[in-house]
Amino acid sequence: MPIQVKNLTHTYSEGSAFQATAIRDVNLTIEDGEFVCVVGHTGSGKSTLVQHLNGLLKPTSGQILVDGEDMFGDGVNKRSIRQKVGLVFQYPEYQLFEETVAKDIAFGPKNLGLNADEIDRRVRKAMAHVHLDYDKYADRSPFELSGGQMRRVAIAGVLAMEPKVLILDEPTAGLDPRGRDRILGMIRDLHAKGGVTVVMVSHSMDDVASLATRMVVMSKGTVVATGTPREIFRQADMMRSIGLGVPEAARLCAMLRQKGLNLPEDLYTQEELQQALLQLWKEAKQA
Amino acid sequence: MMKNMTMGQFYPVDSFVHRLDPRMKLILTVVMIVAVFMVQGLLGYALVLGFVYLASKKASIPFKMLLGGLRPLRFILILTFVINLFFNSGTNVLVKLGFITLTMEGVSTAVHYTLRLAFLVLGTSLLTLTTSPVSLADAIELLFSPLRRFHFPAHELAMMMTIALRFIPTLLEEADKIMKAQMARGADFESGNLIARARAMVPLLVPLFVSAFRRAGDLAMAMESRCYRGGENRTRLRVLKITKNDYLAAAAVCALVLLIAAEGLIL
Repeated sequence: MPIQVKNLTHTYSEGSAFQATAIRDVNLTIEDGEFVCVVGHTGSGKSTLVQHLNGLLKPTSGQILVDGEDMFGDGVNKRSIRQKVGLVFQYPEYQLFEETVAKDIAFGPKNLGLNADEIDRRVRKAMAHVHLDYDKYADRSPFELSGGQMRRVAIAGVLAMEPKVLILDEPTAGLDPRGRDRILGMIRDLHAKGGVTVVMVSHSMDDVASLATRMVVMSKGTVVATGTPREIFRQADMMRSIGLGVPEAARLCAMLRQKGLNLPEDLYTQEELQQALLQLWKEAKQA
Repeated sequence: MMKNMTMGQFYPVDSFVHRLDPRMKLILTVVMIVAVFMVQGLLGYALVLGFVYLASKKASIPFKMLLGGLRPLRFILILTFVINLFFNSGTNVLVKLGFITLTMEGVSTAVHYTLRLAFLVLGTSLLTLTTSPVSLADAIELLFSPLRRFHFPAHELAMMMTIALRFIPTLLEEADKIMKAQMARGADFESGNLIARARAMVPLLVPLFVSAFRRAGDLAMAMESRCYRGGENRTRLRVLKITKNDYLAAAAVCALVLLIAAEGLIL
């Protein structure tokens, strides 16, 4: 179920004194099975872009095609689109409202009009996905959980819709390193084992480096580059010029190369760098 | 949906009226509204309308926008008019149609009440459009501060007002975000009957209240950690001063009051 974004422009409060164009003429296609990471500086239009992908925002001009069909065409059911394209907002734990964890996760499936058995099955499955023990947490109030747990409940609430495309807006913002790794591991599993197409908005180049199959780089409301992380991180100067960096490993690699070490120039993950350095060390020892 | 509530929202431009001392503006607004209630005939309302028009010119506020502030109240205005028109125990019958009677007194009260209400709104909008919420709260604090002698919490009142006003846009933004998040989970806020719609508000209101309390806690903590302890011995960054312009504005309002009083004497 590919999503095509065509000449998308969005202007907030059009025609008033507070008018502001958040994104301008964006073109993008998200294919099945991709893991797309959208990166950009604060205010570059990332969040505005992803809120169009499930019809929460209406384009000022341009089109969003889901399966080749215009999302804002006549007779298109928004709810069915939102079932297929799940969106996890920034700080999603602030949307929890039910008395128990299970009831909160069931909110989405219930809105889809599913029967009780199916809802229960989905709640259990979604909780398993986010590594929350059903027997232990199902009947607890979501408001007495820790921040990281609340966030996982909120993500489960979207997963229970069983979307084919999952969009996450900065899913790790404000979490400690362990909470972050847990959420990222979960998303990785969903993509690799669950066959879900993932679109993730992120600030952290290191997270992006280890997960993305393709990157979309945004600056000032436009897409300035797309490509594999390797292609993108090779352009360290461009990334720096729009206020973004490169992963720590890529930075270290560039510094070592400057010092005269014979490393390839397009390394960007920790594992790759480690391998290359060990290789160099072995060669040096033999010689 | 919620971003369209422009009624009385501060209109940030620089003008004669904007620069007036907020205390003076507050007092003059009250005086003007009292004057409106003294008006006897249509000529008086024409005077007030003329004054409001001139004031909006001096405030660089489009007169149309000011009048637009009445739009959200149109049903109340119409209702006021209709109720006073037909439910009046006057004796000078104009028309009698079955059980409906239209009396001279009815028409007169209906016109008076509706116009008074309209000018009440216009007058206060003129104040809030030209005065930032913060300086308005300042004005209230200063005007009420003589009452501190009688343990009236003037500073606390003003602080509460400032905080409440400060958080309106924040909470609107938050509501918008939560609404979107629930819509992403298939929530529907727009269709269904009254009960269904009221029930649909629960997933919006619960997180909104939770977040309002969280923000209140955070704010209290932040104020505490900066040693906030009420208004005692605090000095101001911007000291309010009555200038020549303030006296000019006061003179204009006095002229209006005199004209209205004169109109009452003639009639």
